[in-house]
Amino acid sequence: MSTFLTRRLATIVPTLLFVSMLVFGLQQLLPGDAALVLAGEDHDPSVVAHLRAKMHLDEALPVRYVYWLGGVLRGDLGESMRMQKPVTALIAEKLPVTIQLAAMAIVIALAIGIPAGIVSAVYKGTAWDYAANAVALWGLSTPNFWLGIMLILLFSVSLGWLPASGYVSPFEDLRANLASMIMPAFVLGNAIAAVLMRHTRSAMLQVLSSDYVRTARAKGLDERVVVLHHALRNALVPIITLGALEFGTLLSGAVLTEQVFTIPGFGKLIVDAVFNRDYAVVQGVVLFTATVYITLNLLADVAYFLVNPRMRS
Amino acid sequence: MATLAFDVLPRETSPGQRALSRLLRRPSAMVGLVVVAAFVGLALAAPLIAPYDPVATSWSAIRKAPSAAHLFGTDELGRDVLSRVIFGARASLLAGVVSVLISLSLGIPVGLLAGYVGRWTDGVISRVTDAMLATPFLILAIALAAFLGPSLTNAMIAIGISATPVFIRLTRAQVLAVKVEDYVEAARAVGNPHWRIALRHILPNVVPPLIVQATLAIAAAVIAEASLSFLGLGQQPPAPSWGSMLNTAKNYVEQAPWMAIWPGLSIFVLVLSFNLLGDGLRDALDPRQA
Repeated sequence: MSTFLTRRLATIVPTLLFVSMLVFGLQQLLPGDAALVLAGEDHDPSVVAHLRAKMHLDEALPVRYVYWLGGVLRGDLGESMRMQKPVTALIAEKLPVTIQLAAMAIVIALAIGIPAGIVSAVYKGTAWDYAANAVALWGLSTPNFWLGIMLILLFSVSLGWLPASGYVSPFEDLRANLASMIMPAFVLGNAIAAVLMRHTRSAMLQVLSSDYVRTARAKGLDERVVVLHHALRNALVPIITLGALEFGTLLSGAVLTEQVFTIPGFGKLIVDAVFNRDYAVVQGVVLFTATVYITLNLLADVAYFLVNPRMRS
Repeated sequence: MATLAFDVLPRETSPGQRALSRLLRRPSAMVGLVVVAAFVGLALAAPLIAPYDPVATSWSAIRKAPSAAHLFGTDELGRDVLSRVIFGARASLLAGVVSVLISLSLGIPVGLLAGYVGRWTDGVISRVTDAMLATPFLILAIALAAFLGPSLTNAMIAIGISATPVFIRLTRAQVLAVKVEDYVEAARAVGNPHWRIALRHILPNVVPPLIVQATLAIAAAVIAEASLSFLGLGQQPPAPSWGSMLNTAKNYVEQAPWMAIWPGLSIFVLVLSFNLLGDGLRDALDPRQA
């Protein structure tokens, strides 16, 4: 276990280092003098001079990177020019909203994707299989911001059942919170449900043709017991680990979904930062996202290692 | 006698012909191909087909519901939605194809280099690829487009660069599998230089999975361009783009739902068609997966 962990940890260090170079390099794409661009439209000379000194712009590029990386390692992702707040504080403030949205989306994705994948595999080649595949293809091809607008049109404008936009904290009013989050969560969960359905289908097909499932059937066990107890249990391992990799889809989707439903989360933070030319926030969000993704990947690998006895031996 | 014996043998077909015949036997892939071709035709002939100028405003026709004069209705500036949807196909297809061409032209040489040369070159390239893959595709594209500045060209560059690591990784994996084949060993044994082995003997054999991935990547790029335009980072107004049309439409869902329905439906149908075509190509080019 410790050898596996050490080896796995050793590979993420250079990856994180390259991520940091990539994020730092983004700043170099800014046309002209970064201090002038970051100082905003007024180009206040004192602000420009302050930025120049703070960002060490008179130093060579590698030296600037080392200064920047030193700050990042101390938890300093820079400061938002627009909101006059540390980027880490902004992320900490917005993240809970997106975590709630993502958690609800995952529950919806699991509730749709896994049963659809099981049905599709068990009834392979039948109308059920084709229907489940069609739903998956629909999920993969629908732009989620459009789906969001269409749901608003149906459930808010036509039926008047749900609010079209806005966010209510669950600590203020749980009912209103759920009402405002259910549509965005469905939009976000929809694409992931499609991916989960495809993973579940292929994992189940593989497991259903294995010897122990044949043995279970030969013992005369009820088909439902065979599918749910014998097959699904083993098929779930790769589904869950592959599902962890959908984190990227979840965050990318959150950017657009939060924009459509005006939810003040992590996704909206990056979009607002882009429009306010708040580049430190953009960099901070990208770095934070990549680090979380790499950590989740590591946890998925460790989970796979722990639940798969063949890997341990 | 010899002639007769040859006559009864099945006619020799090339792998390409066999793949094509497998593709033609898949109705869903054919539907995808026809719809994609229709969209390409629409984009090319837009000035001839579109009933109105897509950027011409009309104060007397603001947010008019679909009618005989405006089949898809009009938008908040009185522009014809149908004409904008037709011209919008240009931005979507252009972004889809150009960004994937950028990814291919960067990803194939770098992946070939990593897979063929190996050692520390592979190590460095693989770590950079991992770093790029660690950043969600759209977030990386948004960040790049934000720093490059909002425009359709920059959106295409941002999408192209963000999609490159997938092609590097795929090319590298294919090269690693192919470079140990006997025919590559033979090419090396007869004294071919490295560049010739890589370009003439390895590259042609790694192309089929790249074609499949490229088709699916176009679908992802079309959605990415629409997403960036929806966020205001792609095609700039007044030029039409499905994403930017949806961005405006979301403010008028109650008063003019038709503004949102048609551009979104167009993205959906085009992306679905590329996905159907990509799935069909995968089955045709790699029969083991079918």
